Amino acid sequence: MKLIILEHYSQASEWAAKYIRNRIIQFNPGPEKYFTLGLPTGSTPLGCYKKLIEYYKNGDLSFKYVKTFNMDEYVGLPRDHPESYHSFMWNNFFKHIDIHPENTHILDGNAVDLQAECDAFEEKIKAAGGIELFVGGIGPDGHIAFNEPGSSLVSRTRVKTLAMDTILANARFFDGELTKVPTMALTVGVGTVMDAREVMILITGAHKAFALYKAIEEGVNHMWTVSAFQQHPRTVFVCDEDATLELKVKTVKYFKAPPQVNRKGYIYSTNFGI
Amino acid sequence: MRAPTHCVRREDLWVRGGRILDPEKLFFEERRVADERRDCGGRILAPGFIDVQINGGFGVDFSQATEDVGSGVALVARRILSHGVTSFCPTLVTSPPEVYHKVVPQIPVKSGGPHGAGVLGLHLEGPFISREKRGAHPEAHLRSFEADAFQDLLATYGPLDNVRIVTLAPELGRSHEVIRALTARGICVSLGHSVADLRAAEDAVWSGATFITHLFNAMLPFHHRDPGIVGLLTSDRLPAGRCIFYGMIADGTHTNPAALRIAHRAHPQGLVLVTDAIPALGLGNGRHTLGQQEVEVDGLTAYVAGTKTLSGSIAPMDVCVRHFLQATGCSVESALEAASLHPAQLLGLEKSKGTLDFGADADFVVLDDSLHVQATYISGELVWQADAARQ
Repeated sequence: MKLIILEHYSQASEWAAKYIRNRIIQFNPGPEKYFTLGLPTGSTPLGCYKKLIEYYKNGDLSFKYVKTFNMDEYVGLPRDHPESYHSFMWNNFFKHIDIHPENTHILDGNAVDLQAECDAFEEKIKAAGGIELFVGGIGPDGHIAFNEPGSSLVSRTRVKTLAMDTILANARFFDGELTKVPTMALTVGVGTVMDAREVMILITGAHKAFALYKAIEEGVNHMWTVSAFQQHPRTVFVCDEDATLELKVKTVKYFKAPPQVNRKGYIYSTNFGI
Repeated sequence: MRAPTHCVRREDLWVRGGRILDPEKLFFEERRVADERRDCGGRILAPGFIDVQINGGFGVDFSQATEDVGSGVALVARRILSHGVTSFCPTLVTSPPEVYHKVVPQIPVKSGGPHGAGVLGLHLEGPFISREKRGAHPEAHLRSFEADAFQDLLATYGPLDNVRIVTLAPELGRSHEVIRALTARGICVSLGHSVADLRAAEDAVWSGATFITHLFNAMLPFHHRDPGIVGLLTSDRLPAGRCIFYGMIADGTHTNPAALRIAHRAHPQGLVLVTDAIPALGLGNGRHTLGQQEVEVDGLTAYVAGTKTLSGSIAPMDVCVRHFLQATGCSVESALEAASLHPAQLLGLEKSKGTLDFGADADFVVLDDSLHVQATYISGELVWQADAARQ
């Protein structure tokens, strides 16, 4: 893996946004070749979305030939509810950029047949040629998307019941009332994200530190589903200092080492290799 | 993100079919993007102003029974677009029945558009008002409805189809029957030109009155043992949940800024900016006609010719909004809502007018940061633009 450690949340957000921007530009998408991007919701990626919007407004980045696939959506919450992930994506990203609505895909938590909706989502990803870069976050319980502890590490898009940790973490978006938080969600599976050609996980804040430790310093375990990415060929973890608080000093030092120049003038960094 | 919440926000405004559109719904359900974009240069977009008391303007006097009242109304409707007014209630002052019978049927409710601001209905101010507080209204034509209550009113005005607001003095005998009858017909009853005490005013509100015509003017002054009509602003004897609205002429003359602030601070939710503009609006200094009388204009003030009685204002609505903002030190949102949302609420139109909520009529103004009108839109169509804004 690559572990990119920035000092503060704002720098981590900017690094991640630049990475996405550069990947899209280098890919050089066009009408026959769309860049497929997997996207998260929540408070962690907000800074990253703001920077991406800035790059679009500056004329440095266009989403005209980008297709997006969101990770998840609550079940039973009206699409126009202010806390639905549709609302989140509209307000924090889509309405500010030049993406065409036909190129955005978010699971419909009000579909009549939820599993059929999930299966169709998998088909849409396949039809788009697979995901080029899947951006995600991590829950305090180490989950990726809504793949709660105990989720199969080869799972596909399906309905999941939210764990208590997740409900507690999300209560702040529902006036602090636990009873108002949806209890089920549609989510991409761990296997679905593992299929992406590259995965970038954003982890910021001290409250995520333990989950990060479990995800990268302990073994692959379905109780900490982000750990599955230890077996992905191309994963980048982007963090701030606070998120590294539970890691070994040795780990942090290794990945923070500045780029070196060897005798032959070759510049290398611990974050060049995987 | 739902409908606007009483604050200025950095957002795009979407319009379709003459109404404000929910862009999120358009994006996710219809999967469409905008057909056309207009860059407003970071200016403020606010609901179009609504003037519920305007007696005429540009030489037109709504209380004059001419043969072609319609073209007079149309002229005013078109000219006030530059003041940011997108809807108004042409107002008739105290007049003899013949005038009402001739004029009222010629001013129907009409939607706005490139031809001019929309007519929401007439405001009939008088003749059922107090002799003592008649102000500029001609004494000869004052009336009462003691004999036959509502029938007297009908005989005076004629059919009420085009009428939206009636200003009367509640101390007149049998006013409660009249107020109830008018309210039952969906007509807004306003208290004004009256010597009513607070008790009488409260009773009138219980009968259905919801508005006060130009607060402070033509009523008993506030007294600490009997606040009179002014006391309605803070009365605790009103029907539960009922908001009393009150018109204020913020032209810098009709109300001392300190009085404006007292009213605003006492009951900000009910404040409705009105121009009470007279035919001399937009004309300049000199002598002009209002109702059955002559008025003298000098700068931003107009008097009954030969007296010191104020005859009505000649300050355009956007001037009133700016003066109100500066005099009260209130927020930009408060000043704008006093000229749009509150009059819409008074008339029960707040779902379609005075707001930029999804589904509302797309009547709005483009304002610079000091609230000067740069452009006016009705039903999503550009109907007026400042010269500087034209490109």
